[in-house]
Amino acid sequence: MEELLREYLPILVFLAVAVGLGLVLILAAVVLAVRNPDPEKVSAYECGFNAFDDARMKFDVRFYLVSILFIIFDLEIAMLFPWAVGFADLSDVAFWGMMVFLGILTAGFAYEWKKGALEWE
Amino acid sequence: MADFFSNTYLGIALVLIGQVLLVVVPLLVALAFLMYADRKVWAAVQMRRGPNVVGIYGLLQSFADFLKYMVKEVVFPAGADRFVFLLAPMITLVMSLIAWAVIPFNDGWVVSNINVAILYVFAISSLEVYGVIMGGWASNSKYPFLGSLRSAAQMISYEVSIGLIIIGVIISTGSMNLTDIVHAQDGRFGLFSWYWLPHLPMLFLFFISALAETNRPPFDLPEAESELVAGYQVEYSSTPFLLFMIGELTAVVLMCALTTLLFFGGWLSPIPGLPDGVLWMIAKMLFVFFMFAMVKAITPRYRYDQLMRLGWKIFLPMSLVWVVFVAFAARFDWFWGAFARWG
Repeated sequence: MEELLREYLPILVFLAVAVGLGLVLILAAVVLAVRNPDPEKVSAYECGFNAFDDARMKFDVRFYLVSILFIIFDLEIAMLFPWAVGFADLSDVAFWGMMVFLGILTAGFAYEWKKGALEWE
Repeated sequence: MADFFSNTYLGIALVLIGQVLLVVVPLLVALAFLMYADRKVWAAVQMRRGPNVVGIYGLLQSFADFLKYMVKEVVFPAGADRFVFLLAPMITLVMSLIAWAVIPFNDGWVVSNINVAILYVFAISSLEVYGVIMGGWASNSKYPFLGSLRSAAQMISYEVSIGLIIIGVIISTGSMNLTDIVHAQDGRFGLFSWYWLPHLPMLFLFFISALAETNRPPFDLPEAESELVAGYQVEYSSTPFLLFMIGELTAVVLMCALTTLLFFGGWLSPIPGLPDGVLWMIAKMLFVFFMFAMVKAITPRYRYDQLMRLGWKIFLPMSLVWVVFVAFAARFDWFWGAFARWG
């Protein structure tokens, strides 16, 4: 516990300093600068037009698809991390097991590619 | 006195805050001059003079900009979610700063020497995307919204290949500690012992992915000014905008530091016999930053579909194949152990 605290406490302190710095900068502008809003100034910027409708609109499903693909591959990377750290002491089963896993994943990746999930036109 | 600093809570806290400030303050001052250097390199390539009015050769330009940001009005757009609107730049700044907690500048010069350092940096830089998404959503304006969508998709796409490249380096080292990774590159051949030589293709992939990850040109699609004006930053002004700027540049410099640590041997001297030290680390980071600035000046912007194709269809398969290659090379001792540095 003592060891853990000594290693991670500096990160907490770092976080506190960074948050403090950000707050000071934002508050400085709030205190120092003038506040003089008018309807034209606060309207959404759309190259001089009035905004047509609410900006929180529907968006392309491909962004969603990309994030799902990202989750799959990021999980794979998360599994590779401990395997890579212990690489020197891996047994044959551990080494070839991961190779099989990577092979299955590559097959899935090839399928996605074939299905056109990676196409943007 | 030494007793006070090592045994009382107040003393330990003071030492820690001192260490943190010792990283943050020089970093922020360096950022001001790096911002200036970035603009000067850009100007020089385009045969312009760049900033040259404030101070000698315009050296104080960034400080003048800083003061100007401080006295500008914070405009909240109509319909904006004010809390999230201010939270977004905070997240960008905080996430890009706290990653520096585990970056070693010299042997033992590190605020927090944790075993999972590289995983921590990877995790923190993933969280940076939230600043962009929240900024775009909270503004309640179309350009920021579209810009943040693009940016999020772009950042997560290239994170996958960055992760796989890092796996290759970890296999070679057998540790996620950045100090260990640098020590593993210490060898008889000076700069030829560093990882850039065995991992040469991945150095290029990492550099290009770092450009995309930090939204630098030629991958600055979220703020492609001819289409989306300034992307997710359109509605921002004053210090919230400044926080975005600082956060982005800090992330760029962090990528310079990571490239240096992973591929260029950190603080190790390139010629055997010369002393190692923090100056080498800074010199290498400046070199990588110069490359970042040059890329910005000399390359045209990518189209969005080209960007996604590059990330998913070229970088991902290449880095995946490379992980398998490194695994075989390390396990079966190919290339005279160049890929297995743990033994």
